[in-house]
Amino acid sequence: MSVFHTLRVALRALMRNKMRSFLTTLGMIIGVCAVIFSVAVGEGAKAKVEEAFASMGSNLLIVLPGSNTSGGARGGSGSQPTLTWDDMRAIQNELSTVKYVAPVLRSQSQVMSEDQNWSTSVQGTSSEYFAIRSWPVAAGVTIQQSDIESGAKVCVLGQTVVDKLFGASSDPVGQMVRIKNIPFQVIGVLAKKGQSPMGQDYDDGVFVPYTTFGAKIQGGLKNYIAGMLMVGAASPDDTSRAEAQITNLLRDRHHITGADDDFFIRNLTELANSQQEGTKTMTTLLNAIAAISLVVGGIGIMNIMLVSVTERTREIGLRMAVGAKPRNILMQFLVEAVTLSTMGGLVGLSLGVLGAKVIAQSFGWNTLVRPDVVVAAIAFSGFVGVGFGLYPAYKASRLDPIDALRYE
Amino acid sequence: MPSLIQLAEVKKTYHMGDVDVHALRGVDMTIDAGEFVAVMGSSGSGKSTLMNIIGCLDRPTSGQYLLDGREVSRMSRDQLADIRNHTLGFVFQSFNLLTRTSAVENVELPLLYQGIGTKERVRRSREALERVGLGSRLDHHPSQLSGGQQQRVAIARAIVGKPKVILADEPTGNLDSRTSVEVMALFQQLGRDGITVVLVTHEPDIAEYAARVIVMRDGHVTSDTRHTPKDAATAMREMPAEEASP
Repeated sequence: MSVFHTLRVALRALMRNKMRSFLTTLGMIIGVCAVIFSVAVGEGAKAKVEEAFASMGSNLLIVLPGSNTSGGARGGSGSQPTLTWDDMRAIQNELSTVKYVAPVLRSQSQVMSEDQNWSTSVQGTSSEYFAIRSWPVAAGVTIQQSDIESGAKVCVLGQTVVDKLFGASSDPVGQMVRIKNIPFQVIGVLAKKGQSPMGQDYDDGVFVPYTTFGAKIQGGLKNYIAGMLMVGAASPDDTSRAEAQITNLLRDRHHITGADDDFFIRNLTELANSQQEGTKTMTTLLNAIAAISLVVGGIGIMNIMLVSVTERTREIGLRMAVGAKPRNILMQFLVEAVTLSTMGGLVGLSLGVLGAKVIAQSFGWNTLVRPDVVVAAIAFSGFVGVGFGLYPAYKASRLDPIDALRYE
Repeated sequence: MPSLIQLAEVKKTYHMGDVDVHALRGVDMTIDAGEFVAVMGSSGSGKSTLMNIIGCLDRPTSGQYLLDGREVSRMSRDQLADIRNHTLGFVFQSFNLLTRTSAVENVELPLLYQGIGTKERVRRSREALERVGLGSRLDHHPSQLSGGQQQRVAIARAIVGKPKVILADEPTGNLDSRTSVEVMALFQQLGRDGITVVLVTHEPDIAEYAARVIVMRDGHVTSDTRHTPKDAATAMREMPAEEASP
């Protein structure tokens, strides 16, 4: 008996009890739907987290000055400026894994345009900062090397600051703003960047050359950096090595032999990884539900197949009488079970994809339906059909034709 | 040329709990090709067991059974299935047609397990249905056919695989007298075409249409007689019209 014909007989048998077949496949439908859905949502959430951390800066390390200890009380990180400008240049020049280094000096200051004012974070930095954070300008230019060398009174504005001081959709490039009453010329406006993973508005900031910052806004610690360093590693794989290299370099330069470093390094790639652990937990939970549902669905199929074998005992007897071998009967019921489970898998797949699309639209996520997951889900549902259909099919194939023909 | 069916000292014992039931206590029998044999006997006489063994649905406990020259009493389940498929055809009292399945698809069932292609299958099934006079009802489902028509579909199914022997177990048990005679006429026709027919019945007037009557009792053959059979076609013409089947 050909495979095609076996399939046709199976389909016909299933179509005879449409409602029953549908209810039987429900377990498979829910199971496969949950698998597709959970993977899609999990991948979507992962992509979202990755995107958020990428917006903070690619391959980002932050080097913070260390703490001081006075009279037994230890200050927090950054309480004592320990990083020097020479340290910065050493990191920049001596380390192979480091691509960019930029200082970040911060001060909350009142910024004024001709008719508006706004309190915002004024940050002294260099042009590398924008490279590390892959943050282009929407208009004008960023801070130039010449600005840093000359200590020019120029600034680059974040989009939120532009909105507050000049109004939306205005072009402030070339205009003047006053920071701490000192006039600065606007040389550029940054592209909109949005929020940090913690909800902080990246666009609410004004950037000036760090030399100007030290001279005009927050006064001089000549050799020490009164802020932090942002370091961009050459590649994502280099962040850990860069962290180790910077640690060794700074310990060497600061003559530290004991345990307590006088600086801190934050590795944001690791932070991103730990965030993704949370997503993984959720995906694992959904997958567990899906697995349970698939097993329950399989048991449902087994149950209905046993009922079907009993109902069709006379048919089995007749088929045997006219020449069906045990293996023909086995195949017939096995194909029926696999058809049931695979149909359930296909319906579940469609519903899962649909559900993922709906979630994607309503939450603005990039839910991804991975083709390998689709193939795995269909294969697994077929496997469930074989696994749970085998016993009823075997039972049918072992029937005695005489008893089966006489069965009422 | 050896006989088509040869039984020698065939015994069959069933174990029912602690009790052994001797259904057949040593049956010797030969049936030649083209014979029309009726097996009679009361219930419990062993005639159904004999039919199951002749039909290769069951194996004897001891003894020899040669079917078409082959020893089948020790064959495996798969081999018996092949024998049933190619050499035997079955007709049952309750027809045993697949419901909600057309006449053609019911008839082609044995060919399916012979692995014959769709075109050939349908052609031969139509041919068999035409032979039993149902050429106009190929696509009818069993529920759309009368009892006599359903039994004729079953006979078409029995002959479609070109068997040497047709085994009919009380084929007229569920039919009225006129359709019973119609069915017997069909069997007689098959006999003339060279097919051996073995028929189990407990109705003496049905057994009259067979050329040979074997009577069973308590697992033994008690009588084996040959006579000139009544012609079913003639009997049908003599029947009053008002008794005609619907």
